[in-house]
Amino acid sequence: MTSARRSIAIGVLLLVAALVPLVAGDYYVNLLSQMMIAALLAASLNLLVGYAGLTSLGHASFLGVAAYSSAWLNLHSGLGPLASAPLALLGTLLVAAVFGWIALRASGLGFLMLTLALSQVLWGLAYRWVGVTEGDNGLRGLTRPQPLGLDLDSAAAFYWMALLVVTIALGLIALLVRSPFGAALRGTRDQPRRMSALGYDVWLIRWLTFVMAGFWAGVAGVLYIWYHQYIHPSSLSLQASAEVLLAVIAGGAGTLAGPVVGAVVVVFLKNFVSSYVERWNMLLGIVFLLIVLFLPEGLVPGVKRLLTRLRSGALRP
Amino acid sequence: MFAQLGNANFVVIQTLNSLALGGLLFLLAAGFSLIFGLMRIANLTHGSLFMLGAYLGVTLLSLGVPNLWLAALLAGLATALMGGLFERLVLRRLPGNSQGQVLVTLGVSFIVADLCLMLWGGDPIPIATPAFLRAPLQVAGFVFPTYRLAVIVLAVIVGIGLHALIERTRLGAMIRAGVDDPQMARAVGIPVSRLFTVVFCLGAGIAGAGGVIGGPILSAYAGLDADMLPLALIVVILGGVGSLVGAFVGSFIIGFIYTFGTALLPDLAYVILFLPMIIVIAFRPTGLFGRMSA
Repeated sequence: MTSARRSIAIGVLLLVAALVPLVAGDYYVNLLSQMMIAALLAASLNLLVGYAGLTSLGHASFLGVAAYSSAWLNLHSGLGPLASAPLALLGTLLVAAVFGWIALRASGLGFLMLTLALSQVLWGLAYRWVGVTEGDNGLRGLTRPQPLGLDLDSAAAFYWMALLVVTIALGLIALLVRSPFGAALRGTRDQPRRMSALGYDVWLIRWLTFVMAGFWAGVAGVLYIWYHQYIHPSSLSLQASAEVLLAVIAGGAGTLAGPVVGAVVVVFLKNFVSSYVERWNMLLGIVFLLIVLFLPEGLVPGVKRLLTRLRSGALRP
Repeated sequence: MFAQLGNANFVVIQTLNSLALGGLLFLLAAGFSLIFGLMRIANLTHGSLFMLGAYLGVTLLSLGVPNLWLAALLAGLATALMGGLFERLVLRRLPGNSQGQVLVTLGVSFIVADLCLMLWGGDPIPIATPAFLRAPLQVAGFVFPTYRLAVIVLAVIVGIGLHALIERTRLGAMIRAGVDDPQMARAVGIPVSRLFTVVFCLGAGIAGAGGVIGGPILSAYAGLDADMLPLALIVVILGGVGSLVGAFVGSFIIGFIYTFGTALLPDLAYVILFLPMIIVIAFRPTGLFGRMSA
């Protein structure tokens, strides 16, 4: 696709997305809001998995830290949901900075194990530190913000706000990936030693990416707490982190559209299919197996390749 | 809060609890570490195998298996078989793709967790302590729970057995060669891929038997896998991957930190687990006894 055609396609898609609440019922609008939040979370993890080649199994932590700190500030400090957001994001940045420093002492499987262990520690903390997190009850009694006096309580209003925030965030992530920094990042994924020899600080590039990935996951976390007005430790669990990773891999790691498509598929499966089949965990596991064994590159690159083959006539008899 | 540390009885009991948890962690971490060291696979089903072992133990005992040790042996054989089949049928399809392998083990761990929930329900099922270990041991005015002592002894025996297997036998020599340099080991005619299956079975079997042995202390419950896996991971990160001695020492360190942390600062026990990890990672990224970095 040429870049002009791509821009037109994205413009049309956004226009259609903006018009959805005018025709669709609240149930579908809310489902789409959840999909957008999941898409931002997946896109942030994709910075690590797809562009840095670092598979993290603890990415839900950052959503959780942002959501919990925003909720706590909201409940205990007298700050409104909007005013507590920057502080929550700052907290998430700090946690990401520390976690990144620890996890990036290793790469490959070691990185994966460290992110998993660190996120499980946070999950355990959310369960046990009852004085702050209310443990298994979770934090409740929250409200949505009212930016500029706009009421976000209706499904449509929240949807438009989320669409705006997520579009801007995804745009900035796309800009980052295409910038010289993004090129250097892909370099550290493919040829870390060569990049090192060329004078790039591989560790610093990875660490900055980790912190940025944590930040955007934090933004998703703030949207999450505004949407649900409730947070429970399960949002930081291994399942939650695995769902995000599945979205990235199912859609196609290292592509801009992949995580968005993957997040749509995962949220759809979770909300829609699991209302008929009760066993979401089993389904999650089976989808994992099927994707890894039969579609390891993900949906977006897979479909793209199929289209190219169709166009070049390779499938014609 | 820390006044309890002055209470000799508290310290003795918690020390014993720490050692018993350390022993159980070792049964879990030893296999995880060996599998990781030889196959470069982070086997995230390891916690599930531990939980599955515990549930199988429950069922075996209710079916009339006369004692816990036999139940542990049978459950261990069953999980070893399952581990072997999983390695042969699934992991084999992804040679050299370590990320794909981890994701597959993750997917299977969710499936196993859900199957256990379906078969055994959501309520914790206790496993009875063997009758002859029920009476507490009284020495010098202190009361020792006998079963925990037995667990510690058993873990030490398993540790010595594994150590002898790895260091003193031909099979062990081949495993060590495979851990140190798989290509070279293959080149000199060691059947590395058959070793993979052997080690996977061994690790899975010890984990499953460990679940039964841990039953009287932890009982079998949904979520046991998610509770044990991170502890085992931290043990392996701390001790160094592929190192049996590391897994042994790491298990007891984490057993102590976790038990005393939970008793003294129940809210923050998990944060205390950070500390050894950060210290080791900062100064010795290969772990205390590891030769290769994870």
